[in-house]
Amino acid sequence: MSSNGTIRKFTTGALAGMLAATALMTAGSALAQEETIKVGILHSLSGTMAISETTLKDVMLMLIEQQNEKGGLLGKKLEAVVVDPASDWPLFAEKARELISQNGVAAVFGCWTSVSRKSVLPVFEELNSVLFYPVQYEGEESQRNVFYTGAAPNQQAIPAVDYLEAEEGVERWVLAGTDYVYPRTTNKILEAYLLAKGVAPEDIMINYTPFGHSDWQTIVSDIKAFGSAGKKTAVVSTINGDANVPFYKELGNQGIKAEDIPVVAFSVGEEELAGIDTTPLVGHLAAWNYFQSVEDPINDEFIAAWKAYKGKDTAVTNDPMEAHYIGFNMWVKAVEAAGTTDSDAVIDALVGVAVPNLSGGYSSMGPNHHITKPVLIGEIQDDGQFEIVSQTPGLVLGDEWSDYLEGSKDLISDWRKPLACGNFNVVTGKCGGAS
Amino acid sequence: MSKTRDLLAALVIRLTFVVALFAAVLMPAAAQSTDAELKLLVDALAARGFSETEDAIKALAFTGDDRVAAVLGALGEGNLFVGKTSKQVVIGRAAGRDLVLTDPVTRAEIGTEPSAAYTKIRVNNRLRRTIQAAIGTLTLLSDNPVTRRAAAEAVMKTRDPETIPALDAAIAEETDAGILQVMQEARAAAVLNSDAAEADKVAAIATIAGRGDRESLSILTQYIAAPGEVGVAAQAAVDDVNTTIALWNAGQNIWFGVSLGSVLLLAAIGLAITFGVMGVINMAHGEMVMIGAYTTFVVQQQIRMYAPGLFDFSLLIALPLAFLVAGAIGVAIERGVIRFLYGRPLETLLATWGISLILQQAVRSRFGAQNQQVGNPSWMSGSFDVGLISITYSRLWIVVFAIFVFFALMALLKRTPFGLQTRAVTANRQMASAMGIRTPWIDAMTFGLGSGVAGIAGVALSQIENVSPNLGQGYIIDSFMVVVFGGVGNLWGTLVGALTLGIANKFLEPYAGAVLGKIFVLVFIILFIQKRPRGLFALKGRSIEA
Repeated sequence: MSSNGTIRKFTTGALAGMLAATALMTAGSALAQEETIKVGILHSLSGTMAISETTLKDVMLMLIEQQNEKGGLLGKKLEAVVVDPASDWPLFAEKARELISQNGVAAVFGCWTSVSRKSVLPVFEELNSVLFYPVQYEGEESQRNVFYTGAAPNQQAIPAVDYLEAEEGVERWVLAGTDYVYPRTTNKILEAYLLAKGVAPEDIMINYTPFGHSDWQTIVSDIKAFGSAGKKTAVVSTINGDANVPFYKELGNQGIKAEDIPVVAFSVGEEELAGIDTTPLVGHLAAWNYFQSVEDPINDEFIAAWKAYKGKDTAVTNDPMEAHYIGFNMWVKAVEAAGTTDSDAVIDALVGVAVPNLSGGYSSMGPNHHITKPVLIGEIQDDGQFEIVSQTPGLVLGDEWSDYLEGSKDLISDWRKPLACGNFNVVTGKCGGAS
Repeated sequence: MSKTRDLLAALVIRLTFVVALFAAVLMPAAAQSTDAELKLLVDALAARGFSETEDAIKALAFTGDDRVAAVLGALGEGNLFVGKTSKQVVIGRAAGRDLVLTDPVTRAEIGTEPSAAYTKIRVNNRLRRTIQAAIGTLTLLSDNPVTRRAAAEAVMKTRDPETIPALDAAIAEETDAGILQVMQEARAAAVLNSDAAEADKVAAIATIAGRGDRESLSILTQYIAAPGEVGVAAQAAVDDVNTTIALWNAGQNIWFGVSLGSVLLLAAIGLAITFGVMGVINMAHGEMVMIGAYTTFVVQQQIRMYAPGLFDFSLLIALPLAFLVAGAIGVAIERGVIRFLYGRPLETLLATWGISLILQQAVRSRFGAQNQQVGNPSWMSGSFDVGLISITYSRLWIVVFAIFVFFALMALLKRTPFGLQTRAVTANRQMASAMGIRTPWIDAMTFGLGSGVAGIAGVALSQIENVSPNLGQGYIIDSFMVVVFGGVGNLWGTLVGALTLGIANKFLEPYAGAVLGKIFVLVFIILFIQKRPRGLFALKGRSIEA
């Protein structure tokens, strides 16, 4: 009996304590809400994509910290809200909803895979918030609430193919990719582009492998066989994530040198190379809009800040990090111009905003919510960095609707009033997608 | 000033072209250029664009000067620098933040200067090819047979008719039969590309077809459409070579299959003990493999830091450690969680799956989500050719290692008191207990053994796989597949199952593609299990039936 009483007493006490704590916390967060502008970070910190996305969370935290040191935004401090969608695509949508409706963030920086982006699109539309998406993707999309700071196919894939053709004299193409939406769409565009350039269908080989594929012996030997038809052959790789490391190892093992069959990759950056001995890979290529090896004072500053932030002299920077750098600065500038973090005002103010990128130019936000970027082609070096061998003379604006695909070549996107349409068909004169 | 220099250099290149052409025609034995001439040509390498650099390389090669090969070699390796202010081209060797400089012409050491004052001369693949061809032509008469062979191979790739005089000179001097053959093949390739007589070309086709490999196929295919005899001969030769290649391909598929099978065997063999012998559905098995791979990483890290000389032995040191670490974690899991769940397979499955997530995240928090670099010791890098099959050392060692682990485990279970007790507990727990066997202790040790074996599998897999927290996930399904297919509780079944699946996969892959191939294998296993639920080699016995 007495023990029962103790328990009841304890429970009441605990309850009262919890109530008080909750009250305090609510008050505290109410207070904080008045003082800070919240920025949501939606990157996987666990699961398969953690390998790529963790650094993006860190770079956002660093950028926010730097902005706060400069005095914050609109006289308020920025506050990062980090959530972990755990590489689980539906969870991205839930976490996005949590960020926007519960935490009241002004903008969200996040997503990596296209499928995660597709899963959060309806949430951003419904709750009218702003998403900055920092990764190269397949195009064929333009949403009012999304700002695409990574490359569209015309800012990466097509210039890379042009380079190989002009500089290396490639006539035979292997399009190798991981089996999901980004490689499949990119390869469809590339195939149409190559056929339009007069490449014979038998000179194109398309190959897909599952995520995390690790036994590349057969495919690499197939590539070798395909490459012995007397024409210069190259591999265009949209292989994503972990699978790249064993792929490159196998290339090295089977003695395929870059001078014989070069591989140009769209998803391999400094971060991915950090896990391999790159000596056998020297000369293989990657196309990006930024490399750590870009020689520019702003880039040097950024790399130094990043190394200091990570506390590691070996920390590397890569293209999606630059995309976040550009996106974050664009958002800051647009908020300052609009004088508010209100989504509608910021979305309008973002179009036309120009900020310095890390390769010595200014990137600006186009009316189609894609940005202008230089296209760089780099060759892998033995220290895991890229030597830039080609750079477009000017900046290229992302083209969301590919000109080489049936059904998307007539579409344009312009989010400025009065058109305000993401898929305007110039032939039918109607907003509403593919004809 | 610098503009005039550029102009002058360009002029010198053009002139040298002409002069060198004459020289090549008139006197095959190359004359030595003066230092000043050579210096101008070398400085021209630091041109603005790749095409200009290519011209400069060709001009340098035309001099035939024996100092040129070293300069071009340095350029190919990225060791050639140009001073930011002096515009002088030098050979540099990085030493910390400084460069140790050598004069490219006189080979004299110039001194050490900060690397910031110099820019590396960039090369791309096209230039690398040009450099190799140039060095090839220059070193055909080298004293070193390895260099001569490499030179002949490089010249072969150029198929440049202008190399024929140089090749003829080299063929006349050559004594080594192997290198002589490569040189003759290189000459044949050049002849095919020249405007030689038809009979010469047909002979050249025969020479090249003699190689019977992909390189020859790649050359011959280009002449199929040639008019007259040449086209006919080329077509016949291509057909011949294709037949040879098809045969080798079958052999290659078997080798690839054995190699994949050995990887599957390594991954599954620990599970064959924990799941096969003990009946525990251990979803954290893959994480034991992952922990073994991380142990290798840590061992290599320590070796790099404290004893770089021992690097070649890093895997041998990592093996026992990985066994102990993974085994100890296995014992802890068995004592801490699994022993409370015996006889409740669903709960065991969920609990071990939870443990696998915990282990993954723990590794991710400690080491980061990025891949860790695990190096290959020198005896595991590279490959050698058997006919047209290139066998990589790492795969070969993994096959050997998998077989070794298999037989060691077999011996342990069949020939030692511990093995006897384990089998007794598996066969009939009550009776074993009544005979005085400490069954809980045997449970813990057997689980530890299975986990430890998974750990050493991780050491081997670290050589061909990404060492990341997700390493194990990729293997868990495959491992269960192998064990179930081979027959639960039977190590031989695991061996046969792994090799069958490996080879089947590799024969399907060229036709069906990697994605479909895997699906076919899965469908096959599902059908097979319907027919024979106990797998290939079913154990018979009273307790098993119960």
